[in-house]
Amino acid sequence: MGMREKIIDRAKALLADGTVVGVWGWKRGEMPGDRVPAFFETAEELDNDFVYDCFCAANVSRYLNGRKAADGRVLALLKPCDTYSLNQMLGENRLEREAVYVLGIPTGDMLDPEKVRRAGICGLKDAKQRGAEFVFDTADGEKVLPRDAVALEKCIACKSNTHRIQDELLVDIKDQGESPVRFKQVEELEAMAPAERFAFWQKELSRCIRCNACRNICPVCSCVKCVFDNPANPVSGKANSETFEEKMFHIIRAFHVAGRCTDCGECSRACPQGIPLHLLNRKFIKDINRAYGPFAAGTDDFGMTPLTEFTETDPEPSEVVASGGGQ
Amino acid sequence: MPMTENDATTATKPLIVAFCCNWCSYAGADLAGTSRLDYPADVKIIRVPCSCRVNPLFVLRAFQRGADGVIIAGCHPGDCHYTTGNYYARRRMSMLFGMLDYLGIERDRTRVEWISAAEGAKFAATMRDFCSHVAQLGPKNNLGELR
Repeated sequence: MGMREKIIDRAKALLADGTVVGVWGWKRGEMPGDRVPAFFETAEELDNDFVYDCFCAANVSRYLNGRKAADGRVLALLKPCDTYSLNQMLGENRLEREAVYVLGIPTGDMLDPEKVRRAGICGLKDAKQRGAEFVFDTADGEKVLPRDAVALEKCIACKSNTHRIQDELLVDIKDQGESPVRFKQVEELEAMAPAERFAFWQKELSRCIRCNACRNICPVCSCVKCVFDNPANPVSGKANSETFEEKMFHIIRAFHVAGRCTDCGECSRACPQGIPLHLLNRKFIKDINRAYGPFAAGTDDFGMTPLTEFTETDPEPSEVVASGGGQ
Repeated sequence: MPMTENDATTATKPLIVAFCCNWCSYAGADLAGTSRLDYPADVKIIRVPCSCRVNPLFVLRAFQRGADGVIIAGCHPGDCHYTTGNYYARRRMSMLFGMLDYLGIERDRTRVEWISAAEGAKFAATMRDFCSHVAQLGPKNNLGELR
């Protein structure tokens, strides 16, 4: 029995005994490799549409925002990385704990459809992970590509493979720990000269079309009213409106989630322009870890974050900036 | 003597925005003035109720509107008029300035200093030092050109 069938079996049982009223999972989108978050209410819907494979990278915790127990309990299928996001949302009282039943499901590396497409995979039928490589079943026959070439950035930089919150685990999972290359890209940027860094971010952020996908998909961008939706807000809501606005938007957004970002990587995954937005958030995570001690948002549902507390012996800003490497 | 690029006194006249806490650093600036201490006129002071009043957006906006350097001056840790404001500001600005550095805005263009109401001399010396550092960097990467 495959993992999809196992999940469906358990979900059906929970629906049947009335524990949950619905299931947040994934179904096929329009393009090959598209897997979109979907809400299932019946066993038939699960049988027909539910899918769980190596394209199901979407983090469904975002869709639980604002959920109340009175609305009925829903089953959330969460991968280990997704549970951090749910924890963080619970810590900020964005939903009621009783409103969600968490089924922890295992995950391998997830595929990046864009990387797969660029690697020349056409007529994709199916894909499977086999150790450090992926096997693609395509219209032209079987193709094998190394994992590092096609896996999502967030999986290459995996932070942990342990569920941080669950009502039930589908199978036992062995944690491989944090990826050794998690902060590699940030370190490479830090080692550049300021002018090079400026050029890098100019190249990246100038592509922004201000579609707000990064904000809408972010599990911790869960404010009822977002500052960027306020017409009186000084940061413009449109692309091209003013030369500095994209950068302003991204710095402010990264700052709003600093200390709360669970590094789920959804911002970069959702970006239609392929901007590596996770590099902004990960810089904050790295700085916070170094200056104020190791901290991973969403490890528990306590809700305190490094920027909402302090100690009297915190390092001075100049020391923190200087320890960021580079010159 | 011919002017050179790196001649701090003549080549660039930096625009410095200083956010000064009402209770300590702003009074420190007053003391520097009444004591007839010399500091560059390039420093434009903006009075804020507390160093933690400085929203990261203020700093970004200052750079966007043409500032070459931004300095935030507040009460010494432990002396905050509101007890803990400057501790929060310290963490916040550490993160923000680290991020600006990461985005290519040199770290010498940003600074946080703790200056009490009695430290007029320190205020003048800090501003002189900061201005010369910023002037040495030359014209900043124009943030307006990012797109």
